[in-house]
Amino acid sequence: MRLVVDLNKCQGYAQCAFLAPDVFTMHGEESLVYNPRVAEDQRQGLARAVAACPVQAITADGLDGAAEPTAESAREASHGS
Amino acid sequence: MEADHVDRLRHEGRIVIVGASLAGLRAAETLRAEGFTGSLTMIGDEPYEPYDRPPLSKAVLLGKASPHHTELPHRREIDATWRLGVAATGLDLTAKRVRLADGDEVEYDRVLIATGVRARPWPKEAEAGLDGVFVLRTRDDATALYQRLKSGPRRVFVIGAGFAGSEIASACREMGIAVTVAERAGAPLVGALGGTIGAVAAELQLENGVDLRTRVTVTELEGDSVGRVRAVHLSDESVIEADVVVVSLGSLYNTEWLNGSGLGAGPRGVACDAGCRAFDFRGIVTDDVFVAGDVARSPHPLFGYQFLALEHWGNAVAQAETAAHNMISAGAERRPHMWMPAFWSSQFGVNIKSVGVPPMGDQLMVTQGSLAERRFIAVYGHRGRMVAAVSFDNTRWLEFYQRQIERGAPFPVEFPTMDRRPEGRKPVAADFPDPSLPTHGPTVTLSGFSPTDRQLVFTPAHH
Repeated sequence: MRLVVDLNKCQGYAQCAFLAPDVFTMHGEESLVYNPRVAEDQRQGLARAVAACPVQAITADGLDGAAEPTAESAREASHGS
Repeated sequence: MEADHVDRLRHEGRIVIVGASLAGLRAAETLRAEGFTGSLTMIGDEPYEPYDRPPLSKAVLLGKASPHHTELPHRREIDATWRLGVAATGLDLTAKRVRLADGDEVEYDRVLIATGVRARPWPKEAEAGLDGVFVLRTRDDATALYQRLKSGPRRVFVIGAGFAGSEIASACREMGIAVTVAERAGAPLVGALGGTIGAVAAELQLENGVDLRTRVTVTELEGDSVGRVRAVHLSDESVIEADVVVVSLGSLYNTEWLNGSGLGAGPRGVACDAGCRAFDFRGIVTDDVFVAGDVARSPHPLFGYQFLALEHWGNAVAQAETAAHNMISAGAERRPHMWMPAFWSSQFGVNIKSVGVPPMGDQLMVTQGSLAERRFIAVYGHRGRMVAAVSFDNTRWLEFYQRQIERGAPFPVEFPTMDRRPEGRKPVAADFPDPSLPTHGPTVTLSGFSPTDRQLVFTPAHH
């Protein structure tokens, strides 16, 4: 599974680092470091992290239902907030 | 009639995207998401499918991600013909064809230019070719540099303290590798954030054990008898032994392939209107040629209609989406690309983010926190208006300032904020270098001026 985090949106809530610590780690106070290639056994943690991100900054493929952004999040992304 | 044409284009058109990176991929996805059912061709000079670059100078160098595995997730199927590993070499606007390095030609009805930028190489070719001299831009660059850092060099020398150079230095220190950074300006990050904030970045480097040399230039890379780099000579006549040199002097626009095409393309990128339509060399907007991402330079109403070229991740995404939308839309349905510039960096454990256009600011105020603590928000002002804000480890406040910038909030900043210190109540100089002096590493290239500025005199050519 591949993932990318929109670090413009990321505000360092660290929900992802809590839910999928093998994929996401905090580096310093609020920087996020992540491995963009995720092993199969991390699927559940990744799915939870994608769902839990308060600013919906994580895009992953290979997760059922997570690869397609909703119309709303796509519109938001196009405005770059 | 235009509506008919666009309708046909939507269903049977041929769209070619030159540049298979972040902007190219997101444009392709947007075309399909908005109902484009014609043929789509993706052309990329690297043999890889679109991958993400920010991790290459961060997680990859720290060994936390593999340089081979930063491919971007797809938001949807794009059903494209991929021409990877072959560069575009020319554009024929009349015949509507893209020429490729392998001699092939691809016909289009509409084309999107998303060829981005590349690392500026060390100018002396023989020295650049020494073993141990690197740049960092592509996946292959990252693979090669990571291998070398892993083998335990005695000292790494980084030329240029922009964002990439500083991130590389940060990664080296984290791995316990001795590192020297040389910068022409008086501090790191000066091109992007100015000298006042640069001074904070300098402290950060020094405290983390970087041997930081400012106000110097590199005069020579010295090799040994078997062609490996062994030392770096500086303009202050010091000589520093190093077995790895990373050249981090900003980037060059990938526009050479457009020479002779008749497009308004050159060393400052490809100029386009707010709807991502490229200008030809006469300054007339084209109908079928669009541009997005790092290579594009477009006017922004919020910043005096200056042409901005933004090497920002979020800009590549947003501009690609707008360009794709406009490529298959008629007149009034088209929308302008009016993205708020924003970028981030992570170095020495500090999260640096910015919104707006800092290099436009001549003064700044620290509206929250303090520079001494390296946890703050600084607001940049220009002509009585807020034009940018930068945060060090204070991300969550940035959106508030973004709204202020969008509204053209006044500067000096008068509103009360949490954690406002006495030092932040008076504007100080932002301390950007004179823009006419060569520098590198700004993430925003400002060009052109508002007519009221009268900083340029236009002299027409004589026939």
